[in-house]
Amino acid sequence: MAAAAARRVSCSLLRRDHRHLLPLLRPFASSAGGQPQLTVETSVPFTGHKIDPPSRSVDTNPSELLSFFREMSLMRRMEIAADSLYKSKLIRGFCHLYDGQEAVAIGLEASITKKDAIITAYRDHCIYLARGGSLVESFAELMGRRAGCSKGKGGSMHFYKKESGFFGGHGIVGAQVPLGCGLAFAQRYLKEGTVTFALYGDGAANQGQLFEALNISALWDLPVILVCENNHYGMGTAEWRAAKSPAYYKRGDYVPGLKVDGMDVLAVKQACKFAKEYALQNGPIILEMDTYRYHGHSMSDPGSTYRTRDEITGVRQERDPIERVRKLIVSYELATASELKDFEKEVRKEVDEAIAQAKESPMPDPSELFTNVYVKGFGVEAFGADRKEVKAVLP
Amino acid sequence: MATTMALRSFGRRTSIAARGFSSSCETEKAAKDGKPINLFSAINQALHIALDTDPRAYVFGEDVRFGGVFRCTTGLADRFGRSRVFNTPLCEQGIVGFAIGLAAMGNRAIAEIQFADYIYPAFDQIVNEAAKFRYRSGNEFNCGGLTIRTPYGAVGHGGHYHSQSPESFFCHVPGLKVVIPRSPQQAKGLLLSCIRDPNPSIFFEPKWLYRLAVEEVPEHDYMLPLSEAEVIRQGSDITLVGWGAQLSVLEQACVEAAKEGISCELIDLRTLIPWDKETVEASVRKTGKLLISHEAPVTGGFGAEISASIAESCFLRLEAPVARICGLDTPFPLVYEQFYMPTKNKILDAIKATVNY
Repeated sequence: MAAAAARRVSCSLLRRDHRHLLPLLRPFASSAGGQPQLTVETSVPFTGHKIDPPSRSVDTNPSELLSFFREMSLMRRMEIAADSLYKSKLIRGFCHLYDGQEAVAIGLEASITKKDAIITAYRDHCIYLARGGSLVESFAELMGRRAGCSKGKGGSMHFYKKESGFFGGHGIVGAQVPLGCGLAFAQRYLKEGTVTFALYGDGAANQGQLFEALNISALWDLPVILVCENNHYGMGTAEWRAAKSPAYYKRGDYVPGLKVDGMDVLAVKQACKFAKEYALQNGPIILEMDTYRYHGHSMSDPGSTYRTRDEITGVRQERDPIERVRKLIVSYELATASELKDFEKEVRKEVDEAIAQAKESPMPDPSELFTNVYVKGFGVEAFGADRKEVKAVLP
Repeated sequence: MATTMALRSFGRRTSIAARGFSSSCETEKAAKDGKPINLFSAINQALHIALDTDPRAYVFGEDVRFGGVFRCTTGLADRFGRSRVFNTPLCEQGIVGFAIGLAAMGNRAIAEIQFADYIYPAFDQIVNEAAKFRYRSGNEFNCGGLTIRTPYGAVGHGGHYHSQSPESFFCHVPGLKVVIPRSPQQAKGLLLSCIRDPNPSIFFEPKWLYRLAVEEVPEHDYMLPLSEAEVIRQGSDITLVGWGAQLSVLEQACVEAAKEGISCELIDLRTLIPWDKETVEASVRKTGKLLISHEAPVTGGFGAEISASIAESCFLRLEAPVARICGLDTPFPLVYEQFYMPTKNKILDAIKATVNY
């Protein structure tokens, strides 16, 4: 039964069809065929800046909680697998891992549609997955293979998914925020009731272009939500060393803000839902997600030279997002601890299969070096070794 | 009160004495007695000396206090204190603007941009504020004490945003000096010259060589002249010009070409602007052929300037078109790095084609 379920759910992450999970639910769930509503309180209340924060009580249901658990475990497993692939040199270049911050990606996704746009910086593997990307495409892109989401030409920092409104995947810190405001500008014209979430980190919060973009967005009432994923370290620099005011949700000054516990997926969901409604009516709002990354800034950074191991293990014990959901599920008796462990085993298997499949994909063809520099057909010449023998008009 | 004032004027007096100009440096090669160290250690030594000899020198940038991502600033904060060696927040435009202001008040501001790929937010400050300060104020003000150090160039796995060579953008700006060392011993002398030069300079450090290049570097304070190219290999058949990490590739190509009987003269440009036209022209007048190689894309790269200039001055002497073996006209690729780079074989083919023209 479990194996058949695993095969059915194969690579696609966001199948909302969790009927195969219903046998695991306890008797009260099967009443009237509908899902029972659960109301859960967030870990801490929201703090608002120039706005009344939303309520602490979040509505959810069993299948949503179970899907949160599964998806976050998948992301966690993926990042850990990426760590070992990097160490065995199958992934090269730079690799920035998201484990610890999964709640932000999942909570955000749970509150919006695929027509809303998300844009983020380089810690983008899990956001890609949340937006509907597949594990195989993720791993293939990380390893620079043809089957990757950017055809192997982008790598870890440049995942994109046009159909789901995921605009990537950017290397230069802070540069994605004005872009995100531009996306919101376009959405305002389209009048489809969609918004853009522009994610950035606490390091990027000190970039000038962010304030320029914020000013314009506020002036023109753009439906953009700026989300600061505050993991408290800008690479090696702690937030109090880099920012005079580490209250990033207040930095917008005339733009309202909300501080959210980014390790609590239900709080994130509530805040993003609230922010979307607000932005569609009134223009920009800033969300500060108080979160934490277990790995260093990237795989080249051990992550322990500027913070203590006690701090990392402390956060892992007290605030881990997956553990939080696990406790909720077990306390509401939606599944037993051992059933959740089986989930995790399934997830592990899924990830291993995806890696194996991704490894089989070949490297892109050398001619791909020249494709997509310009639009196809606008030939630009490129030369071979001595500029005399070989000439190619770029496709 | 009187003591602090006395100390302050003492500091000013010693600093002026110690602040030599880069023209007053040893033109002869620095003595080859020293310990073998790598590039980041040589740069570290230069920074220690710079801060030691000038009490009004400051080093700052992202993450420099713990030693920097490439260990170039190790030990500086412990030795000279937090007020002289400090971290900045993540804003390149702010870092450079701040450095220009500091330099305008007569200090030596040594700003670090963590990777040359991130220098673009600061482009406006460098081009519009730093380069033109002395000119537009009629020499009333200047920011000569400004030096920007930044790692540039391919590193094997850097991808789009950790491998760029943006030197040619800055070569287009009169008022700046752009300097690129090829080795640890050169780096220490050139960096000290840049720091002490009374003009704003940008010092590009080839990141591939940080650990890879090891050389005997003298431990004392020495400077190498700016705007002087160095002929590092004598030859008679063709002149090769390059800078930074590319020189080691060019040198390998020279060795291979020598096996085929082609004698190559290799020149390290060292300073890109203002560049040493005389040395290159003298060499081309000797050989009649020129090949330029750099990692940046070929179109609009600095090789184009050298090529046009030499064509202008040595037109009748040239026996073959000037060859440029450079990066391709694409964004710096991720997995295709080995195809993009101007490798030894590409250079060798071009040498042969040019010599046999």
